[in-house]
Amino acid sequence: MGRARWIGASLVAVALTAGACGSSDDSGTVKGGGQTATTTAPSFAAGSTMATLQAKGKITVGVKFDQPGFGQRNPTTNDIEGFDVEMAKLIGAAIFGGKAADVGSKVSFVESVSANREPYLQNGTVDMVIATYTINDTRKQIVDFAGPYFIAHQDIMVKASDTTIKSVTDLNGKKVCSVTGSTSATNVKAKAPQVDLTLFDTYSKCAEALGDGRVVAVTTDAPILGGLVSTSNGAYKLVKAPFTDEPYGIGVKKGDTAFRTFVNDTLEKAYANGDWASAFARTLGKIGLDTPTPPPVDRYTTTPTTAAATTTTTK
Amino acid sequence: MHVVLDNLPAFLRATRVTAQLTVISFLLAMLIGTLVAGFRVSPVLPLRWLGTVYVELVRNTPLLVLISLFVFGFTKIGIRYSYYASAIIVLSTYTGTFVAETVRAGINTVAPGQAEAARSLGLTFSQLLFAVVLPQAFRSVVAPLGSVFIALIKNSALASTIAVMDLSFLGTQLTNSTGRPVAVFMGSAFFYLLLALPSGWAIGWFERRVAVKR
Repeated sequence: MGRARWIGASLVAVALTAGACGSSDDSGTVKGGGQTATTTAPSFAAGSTMATLQAKGKITVGVKFDQPGFGQRNPTTNDIEGFDVEMAKLIGAAIFGGKAADVGSKVSFVESVSANREPYLQNGTVDMVIATYTINDTRKQIVDFAGPYFIAHQDIMVKASDTTIKSVTDLNGKKVCSVTGSTSATNVKAKAPQVDLTLFDTYSKCAEALGDGRVVAVTTDAPILGGLVSTSNGAYKLVKAPFTDEPYGIGVKKGDTAFRTFVNDTLEKAYANGDWASAFARTLGKIGLDTPTPPPVDRYTTTPTTAAATTTTTK
Repeated sequence: MHVVLDNLPAFLRATRVTAQLTVISFLLAMLIGTLVAGFRVSPVLPLRWLGTVYVELVRNTPLLVLISLFVFGFTKIGIRYSYYASAIIVLSTYTGTFVAETVRAGINTVAPGQAEAARSLGLTFSQLLFAVVLPQAFRSVVAPLGSVFIALIKNSALASTIAVMDLSFLGTQLTNSTGRPVAVFMGSAFFYLLLALPSGWAIGWFERRVAVKR
């Protein structure tokens, strides 16, 4: 009797736990759209990634969950919002048919931090990565890139009262903050070799260090700095002296040329019909960036897959 | 594994930083911990009270919170040290609470008759503590103090969140620049083992050496 009751209780507990998991929406699926539009879905060559995804009815995209303007969880609605997310929806719409705003749960999002972008693509956790992912030669050996769909420029953020720092060369001999292992740190070191770098794991800590006077400047891509400036209540400002080009690309699995071409085609269509520009205005436009001219996509020749395994990729 | 071999000098440098952080913090923590353990068994009420408040407050706060609070919070009220010094201060203050509790447990293993005998011979409290009780107390807590030391090796990784370039910092840095987290963190783990395993052996040896022969 006592034992039967115990088993019963644990079953209830299991059921409750399962229920809680089911409703918690960990994957960050974008809701909304509601009705699936009755548009005809485009047709693709059998066996292609597009056809497979269309048959499955779902594409999984790795995005940032903590990057204002690009991919950030809205604390109120729990949805992931930003320019990268809009790009994902555009591509989703091109696969499943209909409008980008109506793709709903067919495009599901998984959090990608800088360290797991390549593994996620390699082991199939995600079908593509759109996560402020700078295209560079090191990464090209491990994944293939569509795009770029945006060129970010590295800039400098200082205290609003600062008038001494006007360009990157003014950072020589100064204490400057950036994030561990980011391309931003490498770039500033190249342009201002005497810079004294302090490296944190997040940019918000850099902003704190700037406020505390431990560093005199923070440097990384302008959209990220823009987010920090906009939340600083006028304490910080952007120097507006861009000194690099960071092409953000869409990472796909190495060797899937058909899918890469398809994503590139989709981007070019969005450039032409204004979808790209309106996505920009809805997201990055809100944190104070002017809509730029879309960058031309780079249909570079990819290196063979086998090379990636043996090549050393240390910078 | 290329990533690790190519960056071997960086790994060795980072290992030295981790080792330095650990050893300096542990020595300070032993000082703090022994003193506070003395406070907690002392006959003076305010000292007992002070020891208890310190241990309960610091021991029950996550180390990451303490580090962030010290570096980003205390700076605003004028308490400002370099990031490296801040890491040592917080690590030793935190580890000090565990040392204090361990040493206090050791003190409790010393038979009360020892203290009574010492007092009846006219020793003051601090004389009885340092000459009679503590030498016996330490010998019974070598193993748990060793665990505290090994925990400190690993806890020191949190210094990487405040710009101290230790093994974990290097791991994050190389992961971002090479995109090979598995190889990089296996490398980090290997160097942590290189520090922790010999420490464990040394502690075991020391424990046998000071053990009471019965």
